[in-house]
Amino acid sequence: MNNLVTIKKITILGGYTKDGMEEPIRKMDITTGEILVLVGPTGSGKSMLLSDIELLASADTPSKRTVLINDTMYEGCRSEIIAQLSQTMNFVMDTTVGDFLILHASSRNIDSDAIVNDVIALANTLAGEPINPHDFITTLSGGQSRALMIADIALISDSPIVLVDEIENAGIDKLQALQVLSDKGKIVIVASHDPVIMLMAKRRVVMRNGGMNKVLSTNQKETELLHELISFDKNMFSLRESLRTSGTIEIA
Amino acid sequence: MKFITIAGPPSCGKTAVLIHTIKRLLEDDTKVAVGKIDCLETDDGERYKDLGIPVIVGLSGDLCPDHYYVSNLEEILTWAKKNQAEMTILETAGLCHRCAPAIVGCLSVVVIDNLSGIDTPRKIGPVLTTADVVVITKGDIVSQAEREVFRQKIRLVNPEAEILEFNGLTGKGSVRLRKILLESPEVHTLVDETLRSSMPACICSYCTGETRIGNSYQLGNVLKIVS
Repeated sequence: MNNLVTIKKITILGGYTKDGMEEPIRKMDITTGEILVLVGPTGSGKSMLLSDIELLASADTPSKRTVLINDTMYEGCRSEIIAQLSQTMNFVMDTTVGDFLILHASSRNIDSDAIVNDVIALANTLAGEPINPHDFITTLSGGQSRALMIADIALISDSPIVLVDEIENAGIDKLQALQVLSDKGKIVIVASHDPVIMLMAKRRVVMRNGGMNKVLSTNQKETELLHELISFDKNMFSLRESLRTSGTIEIA
Repeated sequence: MKFITIAGPPSCGKTAVLIHTIKRLLEDDTKVAVGKIDCLETDDGERYKDLGIPVIVGLSGDLCPDHYYVSNLEEILTWAKKNQAEMTILETAGLCHRCAPAIVGCLSVVVIDNLSGIDTPRKIGPVLTTADVVVITKGDIVSQAEREVFRQKIRLVNPEAEILEFNGLTGKGSVRLRKILLESPEVHTLVDETLRSSMPACICSYCTGETRIGNSYQLGNVLKIVS
């Protein structure tokens, strides 16, 4: 099921805040390969904005925003171009990882057993404990599930737009995960509370009171800081891995 | 008058889908009336009444709720006309689905949820295969991949229907469903209209109140698992 239209960009035309005031950002373009992060306190409107994009709103949601694809209203099937990932998602199907991936691939008209190994291999670069094709998907850990969902979206769903709602606590290598998605030339829009994710994107939208309040580009100082944060993060990650695989920390 | 039937398994979110969508319809001042058919008891009527719209509740008691539903279609339409409704939405009991009395010439909506199992689309029969609109709920809690597979399974048994994802908690999808309902055909009477599929014969001694088990108590249309 290849996309009939090549998606070059999404445009969000501003609507209204929770108080019914015009939101400050009136127009925003997001082009392929870009990771855009939505930041702001809980209740500031991040999920609502993701939902508007998911619905390709046409002034018909509470925010009255309009979302255009390649500068026009998209006429095709939304669910074929937009994939979603959130912390609340779970696998519920009673089947093994291998069978599940074959089932999903065939629903996308991908006829290849090789895809199964590709997806599992990619997922295993993101999560701590390796996933095995014979594991039942419902018994995977939270981190494994999230890793498999990301690899599956990257390789099988292959939707050009991916909406991500808070994956930082999912126990996966989040930077690698976002890289995997954007490397495929997707538009990745992420709601996040994690400074590493906020700064790894070139731009971030600050949400306030339901509206898009500001668009900030990551500046030089922030990019420098990002490198520090990434190394903290890597230390945390390896420390976690070490402690969970019976490592100990000794006084030097 | 628009006459719309909505069906689907228990707990799939029919009432939540309808309540969100009716709120949208009321924003446009569309005059909506709701009929709810159930067997023994239902509180759904109260939930619709809270929206300030006319509601009629029918409990089928000892009768099959779908047969009861068909037997009362014209009465429900007459009731809705008396209440000056422009749109009547009739919700089924959502029990066995074998009958699924969708009506030729009236929009038929089925609600089915992502948690109901991958084989459900193949198993539930005419309620899904004859529907014009398939509303899929609970997509927010399953993986993207499962949503895609589930949707594909629905496509296989009903290639024509419009498929709509709906979040029963937030009402996401209700604007689209409102549009579909508003574009549905007008009917003046249901007399002489037909059902989209025939309802199975079900005329045995148990239909008439028999409770004892054993061949000698089984009269009428009886089918045995091993012949």
